[in-house]
Amino acid sequence: MSNTAPTTIIRPGKGAVHYWRELWRYRELFYFLAWRDILVRYKQTVIGIAWAVIRPVLTMVVFTIVFGKIANLPTTGSAPYAVMVFAALLPWQFFSSGLTEASNSLITNANMLTKIFFPRLIVPASTIVVCVVDFLVTLIILAILMIFYQFTPSWQILFLPMFFLLALLPTLGLGVWIAAVNVKYRDFRYIVPFIVQFGLYITPVGFSSSIIPEKWQLFYSLNPIVGVVDGFRWCLLRGEPALDPVSIGVSALISLIILLFGVSYFKKVERNFADVI
Amino acid sequence: MNDTIISANNIGKKYIIRHNQETYLTLRDQIAETGKSLANKIIKPKSSPKRMKEVFWALKDLSFEIKQGERVGIIGRNGAGKSTLLKILSRITEPTTGEIRMKGRVASLLEVGTGFHPELTGRENIYLNGAILGMSKKEIERKFEEIVNFAEVEKFLDTPVKRYSSGMYVRLAFAVAAHLEPEILIVDEVLAVGDAQFQKKCLGKMDEVARGGRTVIFVSHNMSAISSLCEECILLDGGKIVSQGETSAVIKKYLKTQQVSSDGEVDLRPQRMRKNSLKDSKFKFTDISIFNSKQKISSHVFMNEPFTLVIKGEVSEDIEESTIGYNINSSLGFPLFNSFSPEKGVKKGFVKYEIDFNPNILAPGIYTIGLGASGGGIVDWIPEAMNLTVDNVSSAGTSNHSQYDGVIIYPYKWRINHDKCI
Repeated sequence: MSNTAPTTIIRPGKGAVHYWRELWRYRELFYFLAWRDILVRYKQTVIGIAWAVIRPVLTMVVFTIVFGKIANLPTTGSAPYAVMVFAALLPWQFFSSGLTEASNSLITNANMLTKIFFPRLIVPASTIVVCVVDFLVTLIILAILMIFYQFTPSWQILFLPMFFLLALLPTLGLGVWIAAVNVKYRDFRYIVPFIVQFGLYITPVGFSSSIIPEKWQLFYSLNPIVGVVDGFRWCLLRGEPALDPVSIGVSALISLIILLFGVSYFKKVERNFADVI
Repeated sequence: MNDTIISANNIGKKYIIRHNQETYLTLRDQIAETGKSLANKIIKPKSSPKRMKEVFWALKDLSFEIKQGERVGIIGRNGAGKSTLLKILSRITEPTTGEIRMKGRVASLLEVGTGFHPELTGRENIYLNGAILGMSKKEIERKFEEIVNFAEVEKFLDTPVKRYSSGMYVRLAFAVAAHLEPEILIVDEVLAVGDAQFQKKCLGKMDEVARGGRTVIFVSHNMSAISSLCEECILLDGGKIVSQGETSAVIKKYLKTQQVSSDGEVDLRPQRMRKNSLKDSKFKFTDISIFNSKQKISSHVFMNEPFTLVIKGEVSEDIEESTIGYNINSSLGFPLFNSFSPEKGVKKGFVKYEIDFNPNILAPGIYTIGLGASGGGIVDWIPEAMNLTVDNVSSAGTSNHSQYDGVIIYPYKWRINHDKCI
């Protein structure tokens, strides 16, 4: 028996020899943790679902009134202002809640970290799955909203999964990084609400990115969520201007860099989590 | 191939203790500190910054081998490094030096019910906990029935575990863990929970697991459990292996070392004293001491004289509902009796409990005193806060020639009649 069994070598500074293979081996735990979070979230059903619905709807109403009616900002395509705002709220909400949940995930699961071995990356990654479910719920609300305004989306909706992936990269990257830093520096978590608040205004959620002057567009797309929001609008709304491949490319590249940086930082420090948490 | 399943070479684990540290390191403090030391360097370039750090080796130069199918106990006083060793073996934390080679899957049980979620039902928690302990979904499905039967919770499978009694909760948690089938099983003090009957059942199950040819590493303060379960033992003290070999011999050695190192007053503030504690627990034990009949602090008391146990604690917030108490265990780790403070509410600040013990209750021998506190926002558990030695001779010098087997002195009455015996 023992001849065929895998040999584990524990050595300082090494971590797992086959990091990704081990992560794959623990995929069931990932499913189970995600399943637990979803279950817990939607167990107190009324609050659970209501929360996913109320937040984006209220934000949409406020934004439509403030930016659309009071500030009188223009829409680009033929979509009503409310639909335009909501199409951007979808990825934004996903990003902000994913970031918040992921960055606190290690602290909330501290007990597990100190008692059981498993690839720690599973924890922040699985919490983001809950946000994916919330995202799907808001997608349904968007559908309802579109029916209400009798607005049909364009055929480009087929590209939506691609842009969703583009939203997932920075969420995971940033979330994983902040989660890891949070373990050591507990006051770091205060930075997340700040990112989320501030980000809402530097991201074209309440308004269309077309109001940004041409010469700033490329600089603007350094914010990876800008590309995602533009992409979502392009996918969902008719009459949107064609996407600028350069700024989408920049957003995608930045997202990828964030993800690589986040994960590699996480990998580097995760061995010490149990000691410092 | 030889049948060595675990071989450890020069394992060491270093911790750095910061003395000026609040509970958590904050980035703000870190930046402030860096700024300060930088400023110091500019003002007084030659003075080295005052080091507030202390290096602490929880384990040092540990080497051992464990063969397949062996059941090895790890014993030692609090802070000897047992838990650190288990954490390294289960890969929760990394060693600072050395190397360990292990063959086969390792499952560790450092706590029962890790990852249990109170909102989820018993059924859901079985799956979740199983997955956390490293079982596959298929494996859990196959053993589901067995787990449920073992835990005796059939009726409550679809009830959220937050409505379970604590006994049911622990039974379910242990049942999941008991059905793990790894090649190497690492177990920490999980048997310290549940009622006596269930403890027996757990020990039985562990025995069964071990006899199935699996390698078991078992840490406990309960010497009778260790001696019935393990044939080999490792004794740790101060992070080093002091003794290793056949269980009964090692236990004997352990009890001897225990005898020497006992002070009448023990500072309980260091974290390593604790088995379990909430970082922000509203109540924490700070100090334990024993006053003998002459009002002197000593861990040695005479059998026929009264003594007083004094427990001090720090309360960070007013507490309405708490359970704070002590228990007295035999040197083999078997609990003899316990009691709890009748007053549930505790005011913010410091609190001192004094418990008077009557003479002639404990038989001569060595006992350990454990402390525990629980309640809303409180967890503090120190299973071996201090040792108490009860001596056979009274302070007046009159020696008592009776032999005492066991741990209590029963207030017996003999009636003897010489005349009418037929």
